Amino acid sequence: MSAPAPKTTLKTVPPSRLAALAGLANNPAFRSALVQLLVFAAVVAGLIWVVSTTADNLKRAGISSGFGFLGQTAGFEISQTLIEYSRSSTYARVFWVGLLNTLLVSVISITASTLIGFVVGVLRLSSNWLVSSLAAAYIGLIRNIPLLLQILFWYIAILMPLPGPRQSYSLWETFFLCNRGVILPRPEFHPGSWLILAFALLAVLSVIALVLWSRRRQRLTGQRFPTFAASLGLLAVLPLLGASLAGFPLTWVIPELRGFNFQGGMTLLPELIALILALTLYTAGFIAENVRAGIQSVDRGQEEAAAALGLRPGTIMRLVVIPQAMRVIIPPLTSQHLTLVKNSSLAVVIGYPDLISVFAGTTLNQTGQAVEIIAMTMLFYLTVSLLISLFMNWYNKRMALKER
Amino acid sequence: MYVKTTRHPDLPPPLSEVGVLGWLHKNLFSSWLNSLMTLAAAGLLLAALPPILNWGLFSANWIGQTKDACLPPQGNPDGACWVFIRVRFDLLMYGFYPLAERWRVVLTFLLLVGLGGPLILSTLLPFRERIKQSLLLLLPLAVAAYSLVFHGILPGLAALGLLLVPELLGRAFKRKLLPPTMPPWLRQAVLIGVPILVWFVVSRSMQSLDPGAAGPMALAAGSLAFLIFALSGRSVTSWRFALLFTLYPCAAYLLLLGGGLGLPLVETDRWGGMFLTLVIAGIGIAVSLPVGILLALGRRSRMPVIKALCVSFIEFVRGVPLISVLFMVSVMLPLTLPQGVHFDKLLRALIGVSLFYAAYMAEVVRGGLQAIPKGQYEAAEALGLRYWKSMRLIILPQALRLVIPGITNTFLGLLKDTTLVAVINLMDILGILKSALADSNWLGYTKEAYVFAGLAFWLLCFALSRYSMHLERRLKTDR
Repeated sequence: MSAPAPKTTLKTVPPSRLAALAGLANNPAFRSALVQLLVFAAVVAGLIWVVSTTADNLKRAGISSGFGFLGQTAGFEISQTLIEYSRSSTYARVFWVGLLNTLLVSVISITASTLIGFVVGVLRLSSNWLVSSLAAAYIGLIRNIPLLLQILFWYIAILMPLPGPRQSYSLWETFFLCNRGVILPRPEFHPGSWLILAFALLAVLSVIALVLWSRRRQRLTGQRFPTFAASLGLLAVLPLLGASLAGFPLTWVIPELRGFNFQGGMTLLPELIALILALTLYTAGFIAENVRAGIQSVDRGQEEAAAALGLRPGTIMRLVVIPQAMRVIIPPLTSQHLTLVKNSSLAVVIGYPDLISVFAGTTLNQTGQAVEIIAMTMLFYLTVSLLISLFMNWYNKRMALKER
Repeated sequence: MYVKTTRHPDLPPPLSEVGVLGWLHKNLFSSWLNSLMTLAAAGLLLAALPPILNWGLFSANWIGQTKDACLPPQGNPDGACWVFIRVRFDLLMYGFYPLAERWRVVLTFLLLVGLGGPLILSTLLPFRERIKQSLLLLLPLAVAAYSLVFHGILPGLAALGLLLVPELLGRAFKRKLLPPTMPPWLRQAVLIGVPILVWFVVSRSMQSLDPGAAGPMALAAGSLAFLIFALSGRSVTSWRFALLFTLYPCAAYLLLLGGGLGLPLVETDRWGGMFLTLVIAGIGIAVSLPVGILLALGRRSRMPVIKALCVSFIEFVRGVPLISVLFMVSVMLPLTLPQGVHFDKLLRALIGVSLFYAAYMAEVVRGGLQAIPKGQYEAAEALGLRYWKSMRLIILPQALRLVIPGITNTFLGLLKDTTLVAVINLMDILGILKSALADSNWLGYTKEAYVFAGLAFWLLCFALSRYSMHLERRLKTDR
C-alpha cells in the first residue's frame, strides 16, 4: 500500500444522457411502473372505445338505454311461477319470476346432490367389492357425459315419450306420472291451520334447544344422548299434535282425471323434473369424488385409534372420520354448489322458465335492451356466487383445524 | 419320550379364506351388513342390466336403410334402432359440410394425428429408441401417403411437407443459427425483425397470387421464420410441438375453410357435428392453456395494476355461467364493434369458450405456482435469471407438472361444455342430432340419438383422463 491508488478515469467522464436512459430502462422499479402505466392506459382506452362504439350502435339501432323498460308490460305467459304473475305483469316481475325459479331448482338440487354425493362417496370406499364397483361405475359414467346431454336425455328421451294423462302411471291413484309431469295431491288449508305451523316452528326450535343441551351435557358428563332419533320424533309428533288440537284443518286435494287433464292437484313440470334429475345426478358424481378424497385424507391411525377405543365402524365414520374429512371436503364442495347454480342456466335448452330463459332470452328478444339485461343477469349470478362462497368460507373457518 | 425334530407342515388355510369362496367371503359377505348391501346391489344390477343390454344389444336392430327395418314385421320394436345412427352417421360427424369436400376434414384430422400422434406416442411407448423413432416416422408417412393416393398431388405434397418438416428442421439446424457471441440487443432485433420481414414478403407475394390464402400462409411463414431462429439446435420433438402450434393451425384453417389454393370456400355455418365439437374443443384447449398461464402469472405479479386486472377478470368470469358468457358474445359483442366489422358466429363462440376456460385454467395454474417452494424462485434469481426466463425454465415446468390432474379436469369440462354452443344455434353434435331427429322419416328415436352421443363423449373423456393419469405417472420425477 505504498503507491497511491491510480485515479479512476470513470469519474472524470460525465455520464451521458444515453447511458442515464439505459440505466433507467434497466431499473426494475421504473420498468414495472412503465409497464403498468402502459397496460392501464391500453385497458382504459379499450374500454372507452368499446363504450363509445356501443353507444353509437345503440343510437343507430334506436334503442334507448336505461332501465325504463322494466316498467313495461311483458305480455307473455310463463309456465311456472312461484309468485303472482300474469300476461299483464311488468318485465321487472319477469325478472323476479325467473330468479325465483332458478333459486328453486338450485336449492332442491344442491340438497339432493349433496346427500347422494355423500352416500355414493362413502359407498365408493366400502370394503364390499360389488358396492364399491357400482359406485365407481356410476361416478365414471356420469362425470364423463356432458350435463346438457343428460338434461336432454331425461327430458326428450325419457319424460316426453311418457303416455298422456289418460294412460298415466299412478301410485295408489294419488300420484300420477305422465307427459305433463308429476301430479301430486295439493294441500288445502282451512281456518285454524296456523296452529300446525306454530307447532312445526315449535318443533324446530325444540330440536335446536335439544342439540345445544345434549352437546353441553356431553361436554360436561361425557354421556351421549340419542339426539337424532329424538329430533325426528319431535319433528313428527309436534305438528301432528297441533293438527289434532285444531281439529285437523288440513285436507289434501287428490288430483282427478277430468277430460284431457288432471284437476285439483299440484303439477311438477317435466322440465323441472328433468333439470333437477340431471343436475342432481351429475353434481352428485363430482361431490362423491370430493367426499372420497376427503375421507382418504384422514390418517388411517385415527380410524385405528378409534377402533382401539372400542367404537363401532359406523360410529367411527360419524364421529371421527367425517368431521376431519369435512375440512378437506368443504372447499371443493363449495365450488360444486357454485357450479350447480351456474349450471342451472342450462334450463334454457329445455324451456324451463329460469332467469336466463325468461329474462336474458324472451325479454331480451322483445325489448332489445341487451346491455342492461345481460348486466342484470350476470349481477345476479355474481351475487349468488359471492353469497355461497362467503357462507362456505365462514363454515370452513369454523370447521378448520384449530392450531396454536 | 418322543420329541418331534422336524417341523410339522403348515395346514392349508381354511376354505373360507382362499379361492373363490375366500374372495367372496372377504369382499362380499364379511358381515351381515355387507351381505345385505351385496344383495341389494346385486338386485339393482339384476333389475337394471338385463333390460338395458337387451335394448341396446340383443334385440337391437342393426341392418337396414329405413325406419321400416326397426318396425315389425322386419325389426324388433323392443330393441334400439341403431339403423338410425348408421344412416345418419356422416351427418353426425361432418354436419352440413359439402359431400365432395369432406376429405378436407379427414385430411385435417389425419394431419393432426401425423403431427401430434408421434408426440403422444413418444410419451406412451416404453419401446427402445430405434423402434420408437421408426414408428414416429411411419405415422406421418402413412398420412402423407393416404393424401397422395386419394386426393391428388397438391394436398399430398402439402401433407408430406408439413409432416416431414419437423424431421428436416430438427436435422438441419443441429447447430445454433445465431452465434452465442452476438450481443443480446442484436439477437432480439433479428428475432423480431426477420419474422416480420418474412411475413411482409409472403403476404405481398401471396396477395397477387391467391388473396384467399394470403393471411394463413403469411402467418405460417412468419412464425416459422421466428421458430427457426428461436428453436434452432433443439430436438425433433420440440419442432413437432412448435409446428403443431404454428404451421398446423394455418394449414387447418386453409383446408377447413378453403377459399384459396383452389379449394372452394365452405362457410362456417355449414360446419357441424362431431367435427365442429372437436374444432371448438381443440381451439378452446389450445387457447385457454397459454392465456390461463398468463393470467395466473399476472395474478401473482408484484405489479398492483396487472394483478388487479387479472384478479377482476378471473373472478368475474368464474362467477357467471358459460351460457351467459355465450349470450354476451353472441348478443353484446356485435354491439361493441364498429359498423362494417363482422365477427363470424363460430369465432364469437370460440372467443367466449376460450376466455371462460382461461379463467378456470388460471386458477388451476395458480395452485401449481403456489405449491412451488420459495427457494426455487430464489434459486432462479440467484442464478441471475430474469423473470420470464426463470418462469419458463424453472417455475412453470414444475408447477404445470403438479397440476396435470387439474388441467385435465378443466380440459374435460371444456370438452363437455362445447355442447352449450347449441344455445347460440351452432350445429355441434347436439344441434345435428336435433335436426336429424326432426326428420319426419325418423321420428321418435331420441333415446338412440342421445345414448350414441353420450357414448361418444364418454369415450373421448375417458381416453383423455386415462392419458393424463399416464402422463402424471410418467412425469413424476420423485420416488
